[in-house]
Amino acid sequence: MSAAPPAVPAIEVQGLECAYEERIILKGVTFQVRRGEIFFIIGGSGCGKTTLLRNLVGLEAPVRGTVRFLGRPFTEADSAARREQLKTFGMLFQGGALWSSLTLRENVALPLEEHTALPRAEIDALASLRLAQVGLAGFEGYYPSEISGGMRKRAGLARALALDPAIVFFDEPSAGLDPVTSRNLDDLVRQVRDTFGTTIVTVSHELRSIYALADRLIMLDREAQGIIAEGKPEELAAGSPDPRVREFLTLSPVHGT
Amino acid sequence: MTSAPEPAAARATLQPAGDALDVALAGDWRLAGVQPSWIDLTAGVVLPARVRVTAEAVGTWDSALLLFLAEIAAWCRARSIPYDTSALSERMRVLFEQLEAASAANPALAPHAENFLVTVGNATRHVVGTARASVSFVGEASLAFGQLLRRPRKFRWKDCLDQMQQVGAMALPIVSLISFLIGLTLAYQAAVELRQFGADIYVADLVGLSIVREMGPMMTAVILAGRTGAAFAATIGNMRANEEIDALQTLGISPVSFLALPRLVALGVMMPLLALYANAVGIIGGMIVASGILQIPPSAYWIETKSIVDLHDVTTGLIKATTFGLLIGLAGCLCGLRADRSAAGVGRAATSAVVTSVLLIIVADSLFAIIFNLLHV
Ligand SMILES: Nc1ncnc2c1ncn2[C@@H]1O[C@H](COP(=O)(O)OP(=O)(O)OP(=O)(O)O)[C@@H](O)[C@H]1O
Ligand SMILES: [Mg+2]
Repeated sequence: MSAAPPAVPAIEVQGLECAYEERIILKGVTFQVRRGEIFFIIGGSGCGKTTLLRNLVGLEAPVRGTVRFLGRPFTEADSAARREQLKTFGMLFQGGALWSSLTLRENVALPLEEHTALPRAEIDALASLRLAQVGLAGFEGYYPSEISGGMRKRAGLARALALDPAIVFFDEPSAGLDPVTSRNLDDLVRQVRDTFGTTIVTVSHELRSIYALADRLIMLDREAQGIIAEGKPEELAAGSPDPRVREFLTLSPVHGT
Repeated sequence: MTSAPEPAAARATLQPAGDALDVALAGDWRLAGVQPSWIDLTAGVVLPARVRVTAEAVGTWDSALLLFLAEIAAWCRARSIPYDTSALSERMRVLFEQLEAASAANPALAPHAENFLVTVGNATRHVVGTARASVSFVGEASLAFGQLLRRPRKFRWKDCLDQMQQVGAMALPIVSLISFLIGLTLAYQAAVELRQFGADIYVADLVGLSIVREMGPMMTAVILAGRTGAAFAATIGNMRANEEIDALQTLGISPVSFLALPRLVALGVMMPLLALYANAVGIIGGMIVASGILQIPPSAYWIETKSIVDLHDVTTGLIKATTFGLLIGLAGCLCGLRADRSAAGVGRAATSAVVTSVLLIIVADSLFAIIFNLLHV
């Protein structure tokens, strides 16, 4: 990607303000994510990371501000144009959000059924591959209520990657997973990016993932209601003028990988 | 903790000391135990100039002690009496200060504080929102239906068949029972009156017409409103609470065409069939009463029914039934899609789906009565 001409960023967020009813959660959020970048959103619990993701993908309407994906306006677009753009995204929800009436295989297969003309057999093969990649081989026929929370998370990840999306959003992919599974998922995420040039936006608290994966990150803060730091994790940990940022990024002994 | 002695009762002793009042706490203070009442203790006490609390004889204690201290503090503050907790142990004081700070903290943002105007405003906004959502839902459902006609392969036939099974086949027992009883009751009522005029055979006319034109479709619709409308709202509302609807939207899949359309189609197909079945069972109910108490042979009853009920009556009934079915589906899906993201929200959605569908059914029935009357059918 580095040799590409002055590329349009994958995501451009300009002056975004997010609120529930009258309660403002974030304001003046401005940042860009380059194509093929693994971009982290970090911050304390309740600072609005999930809120930011929901506003980015249009699940909540931002109070003001704009979002552009791959150079095309998203927030101002009409719903048909938005739906077209959404087909090229994947999203993992904090709680997994699997469709409870469908088996894992059907969950992963659904985006393929809806948006491709592939025959049944190929869809099933792809779905099985995705599930195997997240370590769920053998659970294709299970319903979401029959597997553990961490497994739901992984199935959600498989679903988010089903369509080989251009941009994916992960809300805490490794929360609730054991360290080994969590590292395997990190490897998967990197592999996806390296192979397909996917742009990846991740919310995470996992310092190890941050140092292992993040090209750049932004840190949100509840009091500041916005971004308090932006940059590479190592540089921020060492040289951020803001003690909150340094504290967050250096609390764990696992520094680097 | 292993060989804990019998806990001593929590006690507070008031001891006037000059112009001050000493409060000596003693015993074991447990939330689960019985605490003395500060109000009772201070009844009739001369207001002191200062209150001093000591806790030398306190055994084990938990938040019960802190609550008692807070009670003392509040009493003193209300009477502008200084109180002194310096004799308490360090831990007690720290926790007590935390408790005081927490209860003093003004909830800076009280998202649920409401006054009358806010309530009215919110209710109005809710009504406007619901109206707007209904219109856009109907529009979106029509578009989705158009798409179904153009590209039937994309339709979720499996879901639709599942729903038909749920909506139709599974409802047969209750529909049978209720229509049978309705037919029976109608015939009974009619028999009592008509017998006086020797017009026994007209029981068949009365039962036949009212069942086919009115009661069959109506009762089926009311049953399905309770059975199916509520189920749709609860299922979809639960999906909303689990972010499953959000997951559909982020994939660019419309929840209306994915969730609502198969359900609407299932109801639209099954309602007239169920109503037809309800008509038949209702007529049989009437027939049994007629042959039982009026001694009209079933064959005569049947011939009379056939002579009075014509295809017109059946068709109007079925048109009504289909409309009712769509209204139930509409109310159920819409209430589910607009449910609050919580367990209580799902419950409210189910309730409001039933109430809304019954209301819509009755209103639609009246409109049909007027329209059919104008058209003379
Ligand atoms: N549906 C909602 N309605 C109203 N307020 C909400 C809603 N969802 C979240 N909030 C509020 O928005 C703020 C940010 O919540 P959000 O879920 O974005 O936090 P988060 O950064 O994702 O936290 P965590 O790390 O715990 O997941 C919180 O203060 C919360 O009270
Ligand atoms: Mg969150």
